[in-house]
Amino acid sequence: MSARAVALPRAGRRLSAPSGSLGLGVTTLWLSVIVLLPLAALVARSFDGGADAFADAVTSRQAVAALRFTLLVSLAVAAINAAMGTLVAWVLVRDRFPGRRAVNALIDLPFALPTIVAGLTLMALYGPKSPIGIDVAFTKLAVGLALLFVTLPFVVRAVQPVLIELDREMEEAAASLGASPRLIFARIILPNLLPAILSGAALAFARAVGEFGSVVLISGNIPFNTQVASVFVYKQIESDNPIGAAAVSVVLLVLSLVVLVAIRGVERWGSRHAR
Amino acid sequence: MRASRPRPWRSQRPRRPAPGTPAPARGTSLTLRFVALGYLAVLLLVPVGLVFWRTFEHGVAPVWDSVTTPAAIHAFWLTVEVAAIAVPLNAIFGVVAALALVRGRFPGKWLLDALVDLPFAISPVVVGLALLLVFGRSGWLSDLPVQVIFAVPGIVLATVFVSLPFVAREVAPVLREVGDEQEQAAATLGASRWQAFWRVTLPSIRWGLAYGVVLATARALGEFGAVSVVSGKIAGQTETLTLLVEKRFENFDLAGAYAASTLLALIALATLLAMTALRRRAE
Repeated sequence: MSARAVALPRAGRRLSAPSGSLGLGVTTLWLSVIVLLPLAALVARSFDGGADAFADAVTSRQAVAALRFTLLVSLAVAAINAAMGTLVAWVLVRDRFPGRRAVNALIDLPFALPTIVAGLTLMALYGPKSPIGIDVAFTKLAVGLALLFVTLPFVVRAVQPVLIELDREMEEAAASLGASPRLIFARIILPNLLPAILSGAALAFARAVGEFGSVVLISGNIPFNTQVASVFVYKQIESDNPIGAAAVSVVLLVLSLVVLVAIRGVERWGSRHAR
Repeated sequence: MRASRPRPWRSQRPRRPAPGTPAPARGTSLTLRFVALGYLAVLLLVPVGLVFWRTFEHGVAPVWDSVTTPAAIHAFWLTVEVAAIAVPLNAIFGVVAALALVRGRFPGKWLLDALVDLPFAISPVVVGLALLLVFGRSGWLSDLPVQVIFAVPGIVLATVFVSLPFVAREVAPVLREVGDEQEQAAATLGASRWQAFWRVTLPSIRWGLAYGVVLATARALGEFGAVSVVSGKIAGQTETLTLLVEKRFENFDLAGAYAASTLLALIALATLLAMTALRRRAE
């Protein structure tokens, strides 16, 4: 809207629409007040006790255990999502069966459902009062299940549009040259989907690292076992240690930034390789 | 999510069922379908269905009683009020930001672009803590005349933060797609910028905007982590629906927790229907 090629000087033009420098100013101001100011406070205040206190807070045994578990379970969840999400997207795009539209709509359920409800839901099925006799509450497996639930849509929704647009002629050509379905998948389909799978999995990873609502109930918050980083931070705030909480939060924040940068890298790489 | 909208200009070519397509063996295809649907059923459908069943196990009357207690009614209206403030703010910001990001040319654009995404990647607890460190007891701005933390303004700020990117991220690709030829045409015909915006730009992005608003609303109504840090959870004052669910669960009032959850799940279901309808419109 800014560099207007044809701009007739007119009376009404003085009333500037949300455009150009005004729009840029509003965007920057809003982002600064809502996002940057709190994050700046978080980073600055995490060093309130000096660099030593920061280092102590981040390297305390409990914090390290929570961070390590969070990273490992999020990696596992991202990997499972990469495989299962691609499979679900494949079935939704290439398969035909009754109720496909309903299933397609269902994929977004974890985005629409509040996370605490998701947690309660999983607690009802896999908790102490499980009707199917599977009680995994307060175990690492339960944390993984909760994270799989809330991250389900990322890979599916990233892969689906790419799969829809994928040119079938390549596959036809490969088949006519005698390639087996497995070879076609490995050599043609998978390479085309890879950027989407990776960026979907990275989004799922970022979400899993920070997830709170769905895991707070079902994890049981057992230190050195099922305690994830976000719940650890929450407990630190509750026990009136906001500075220690801020230090661990800064680690999470840096992790989020790294993932964001990685996603942008993957997207750029993907668009360069596409077509 | 960002890539969810198929780009229509590429699918002009009619998609024919190519005769030479390597049809995978019928068995393989059935196995894949079975595994995918089974995964979805175990992970999504069965748990959510179970909560509905548990809620209405003893009929509708106790459920109705438990969602019409004064605390529950207050929580419901507070949740709606917070969303009603946060979503319009983010809708306006989202459109302005999308216009700046798509049409603008300025140094540091990539940085602004990345910053818009940041709230997606940050843990909600970290968001709450960050607000606490600005507006809390010993925060940077602890001397403000209005109480922010443990009060409604804090809940609104947290909700605005977490639902910030949705509208911008849905509107930006649509803007990129429609281009600005029509706006330029409007300008050559003498339309003011406001007229061009209201008559040309806004109508062309309306489905993307609506989709973003639906997503932001769902997130605003369902936000838990960030709100639970800043709200103080004072029953009848700063307790939202999601906080009520947690409190009832912790107080061993399972039936009450299920009832409030079902209310939230019904809102989520309405969201899903709206998303599906809008996506079909956009296509």
